[in-house]
This record gives sequence, C-alpha cells and structure tokens, in this order.
Amino acid sequence: MGFFGRRTRTLNGLSLEVREGEVFGFLGPNGAGKTTTLKILMGLVYPSGGGAYLFGEPCMKTTVRQRVGYLPENPYFYDYLTSWELVSFYATLYGVKRSASRIEALLDLVGLQRAAHLPLRKCSKGMLQRVGLAQALVHDPDLIILDEPMSGLDPIGRKEVRDILFRLKELGKTIFFSTHILSDAEVICDRVGIIVGGELRSIGALDDLVDRKVSSYELAFKGISKEALERARAYCSRLLEKGSEIFAEVDSRDELNRLIDLIRAEEGVLLSLTPRKESLEDLFIHEIQRWDPQTVSPARVGAAGTLPDREGVRRGGVH
Amino acid sequence: MAKLMALSMNTFREAIRNKILYLLLFFALGMMGVSVLLDAVTLGVQAKIIKDAGLAGINFFGVLVAIFVGIGLIYKEVERKTIYTLVSKPIHRYEVLLGKYLGILQTLLVEVVVMSALFCALLVFYGGGIDGRLFLAIGLIFLELMVITAVALFFSSFSTPILSGMLTLCVYVIGHLTGDLRAFGLIAGDEMLRRITEVLYYVLPNFENFNFKAQALYSLPISPSEVGFSVLYALMYVFLLLLSSSVIFERRNF
Repeated sequence: MGFFGRRTRTLNGLSLEVREGEVFGFLGPNGAGKTTTLKILMGLVYPSGGGAYLFGEPCMKTTVRQRVGYLPENPYFYDYLTSWELVSFYATLYGVKRSASRIEALLDLVGLQRAAHLPLRKCSKGMLQRVGLAQALVHDPDLIILDEPMSGLDPIGRKEVRDILFRLKELGKTIFFSTHILSDAEVICDRVGIIVGGELRSIGALDDLVDRKVSSYELAFKGISKEALERARAYCSRLLEKGSEIFAEVDSRDELNRLIDLIRAEEGVLLSLTPRKESLEDLFIHEIQRWDPQTVSPARVGAAGTLPDREGVRRGGVH
Repeated sequence: MAKLMALSMNTFREAIRNKILYLLLFFALGMMGVSVLLDAVTLGVQAKIIKDAGLAGINFFGVLVAIFVGIGLIYKEVERKTIYTLVSKPIHRYEVLLGKYLGILQTLLVEVVVMSALFCALLVFYGGGIDGRLFLAIGLIFLELMVITAVALFFSSFSTPILSGMLTLCVYVIGHLTGDLRAFGLIAGDEMLRRITEVLYYVLPNFENFNFKAQALYSLPISPSEVGFSVLYALMYVFLLLLSSSVIFERRNF
C-alpha cells in the first residue's frame, strides 16, 4: 500500500521450498521484490494480503523467528558497541545461555577474533558484514536468511563473505540468500529461484536450469590478410577488429575448425580460444526478457554479471 | 525478562557512550555558580536558595535528558536501520519499546541520583538540614520525568525527532499550565475556548501534580494521599502512553 492508499503489488503468489542443508540463491534484479520477501518473512513488513509462512507456521510468530538467523542488506549496528558486545546482546535476545564460548567460536568462524573488542564505528564494511553474520548465527538457527550478503563490498570483502558461506555450507547449514550478483550465486548455490516483477519465474538446481553444453566459441587472433578476414566473416556470427587484433565468435565446432584452418593457412597467430557455456546470467537475462522484452538489451547488462536496475526492470509496471 | 533487561541495558549504554551524562557537569557548574552567589546573601536564606536552585536544576536537566533521548529512540533505530536486526529477533515489538523506555529511566535514575548527591553535599556544606520532604520532592520529579519520557516515546513512535521534540515540549509547557488554562477558559466567556481548555485539561497530564517543591522548601506537611494520587496518576499516563505507542509501533512497516 503506497502513500494516500495507492496500492502497489510488489509480490504475487510467491511460494518456494528450501531444503534442509542446501544453499538456495534467491535471484532477481533490483526492485524485483527480493528484499520485500525477506522482510515479510522476518516480520519487518506486513503483507497487504495473503500470508507468509516459514516451517509451515505464520512467520510473525516469535517461535518461528527463534529458528531463523537474519542478516539484512547493508546492515547497520549500534556503533557504540564492540563486536563482542553486539553479538552478546543479540544472543540474549535469542535466549542463548552461557554465550561467551559460543560468541568466541563465532567471532573465530567469521575471522573477527582480533577485532572482538574494537568499537563497531571503527570497523570496515567487510568487518560489519562479518559481525552481521555472527549475530545471525549466534543461536545456531535451522535456517539462515541473508539479504545481499556480498553487496557493497570490495573484492576482498566479497571473497571473505563467500568463504564464510562455504564454511557454513560445509557445516551443513541451510542458507537462503538473495543476490543480484550472479557469479556469487553460481559458485555457492545448490539451487536457485529467479524472481522478476514480484513473481517466481524459475526454480531448480543450477545444472537443471542452465544448459552446460558449449553454445559458442570466442577467439582472438592476429596476422591474417584483409582478404582472409573477409573469408573468415562467413564462419563467424560476430567479428570485431581492434587494432591489429581480431575478435570473433563462432557458433559451431565445424565453423571453429574452419576458422582455425584459415588462421593456420595464413600463418596468423591464435591468441585465445574460449568455449562459451550458457551461464546463470544468460538464464537470468532470458527470464527478464520473457517478462518484458523491451527491458533488457545485451548492452544494458553490466560487465560484472550484475543486472539492470529498478527503472529498467520496472518499466513494464508493477501492478 | 532477560530480553527486556538486555534492551534496557543497551539503551542505557547508548546514552552513557554518547556522553549524555556530561550534562551533569552543567548541573555541577550551575550549582557552583549558585554557591558563589550565596556568599553575598544572609546566612539564613542560603540553604533555602540551594534547595530552590537544586530542585529546579534536577528538574530542568532531567526534562532535558528525557526529551532529548526519548524523541530519538525509535527514529534513530529506523533511520540507522538497526531496527531490522532488532525486530527480526524472537521478541515482541512492545518489548522493544518497553525495553527502550526502561533504558531511559535507568539513565534518568543515574542522573537524578548523582545530581541529588551533589545537591545534598552542597546543602550540608552550607549548613542546611536534609529533610525527607526533599527526597520526596525529588522522587516526584522522577515521576514527572517518567511521564515526559513516555510522551516523547509516544511521539517518536510515529514522527521525526524535531516534531516529537516540539510536541513533547508543548505537552510539557501546557501540562504545567492546564489548571490555569482551565480557569482562564471558564472566565473568558467564550464557549469554544472553554471547551478547548477543558479538553486540554482532561487529556494532557497535569504536571503540577508532581510539583512538591514548595512543600520541601518551606517544610510544609505533605499528605500521603496526595503522594499516592500522584504516583497512580503518573503510572496511569505512562501505561496509556506506552500502550498507544505499542499499538502504533506494532503496525509499522520497516
């Protein structure tokens, strides 16, 4: 419900299952409804209609929240506390008794044992994220819900958080996390669900959703004549000259072999050859395009595998 | 109970680490200023002036802390998004409010106790006797602070700190004048004005019910029923204000 009662439907009939011990990636572009879903599950936002359930029970119940650990997006904490004090405070709210050894182990798990007594106002964003993970784990929850745990972090911070998620995965924890950074999801998740425009578009194991067969080959070469280059165009779906180097994409193995034969015959130099498999990113773009073909053009997709922003995706209008 | 204590302790810790108690220094400086002036007045009235200034100081600095800490409590949590990690814990929302309220009371209690100790020390130094009525007056000031804090918390559960501050200040000022306003409405002869002052008189807390300074100053008798009424009066307002704040807070989306 918007201001002056203007209704905006952010989510529509969303239902998904996260299995015990799996890492589930909840994917979607910005504005797709990921954070709203998680906020509803954590009792921060009330659904305007329908209900939200976790473990088969209404998620507003405190007994349900007792079984869940939650890390919000770009978390903020009481900066006058130290990591130790903060985790200890939340441990009490979860009713964890004799928490000292538990907190010590957790700060060790997230690599913050040395900064345990440093005020949070002096901590970096990556450290805050790790404190956030520690507070979400302090009561040994059945389910860990993380909202964009890698967003806003530098590459080192992202790696640190990714490593912690791997460790949690090894420990057999059930993790449900939202992200729009596809490379992270591809590496960590057992299964993913893709949400676009407030609706779940696909769900399943990565290998089932993404075709791992090679779909095309990308080559870089140099040292062939203009004439040969014109002949090469016939085999390529794309061909681009950049200085003395030529970048080409071919769709089949036959065409690839012909192009390599041509380069050899011309005594050119093959600089690189990369087989291209369908990635999560391709699936993602496909889903968004299916929802609104106008929205995504290849140029709009970020280089790091991130997705178009809210305006781009919402152009179709959220009901 | 442990959860409430943790929430309360966290609010108290926030106030301490944000140097709220530094205000006590101003109280101490004010009292020192008064004592310098005392040398110029006759011996007999010195103790009375200290009592007067001390009680007024405790009241003033208490109200300052109650309003300034109270108005930012919920807003800051929402603004800094710390509310996400708080409300998502297995606690009821009213517990969050109650814990925070108790945290400010804890801060106010420490502040009032330290100020009272300074005040009594100065009083003894200038040869004034310490009377039980003095502590009773301070206790009732604390009741007034409890109500003001609840008013600030109520406004802060749905508005910005500036607006909450102004509204709380209005309630505080009008709350000290409701009796006079009602009398004014009755003699003004305007029906509309009479109704407005009547509503203000019955809805807003009458803070004069907590004012026992004159009795402490002039050692006048205080009836237990008067004190009992003030205690019940304060508790009723605190209960109603916290209940209303909880209802508003319960419905909020973050």
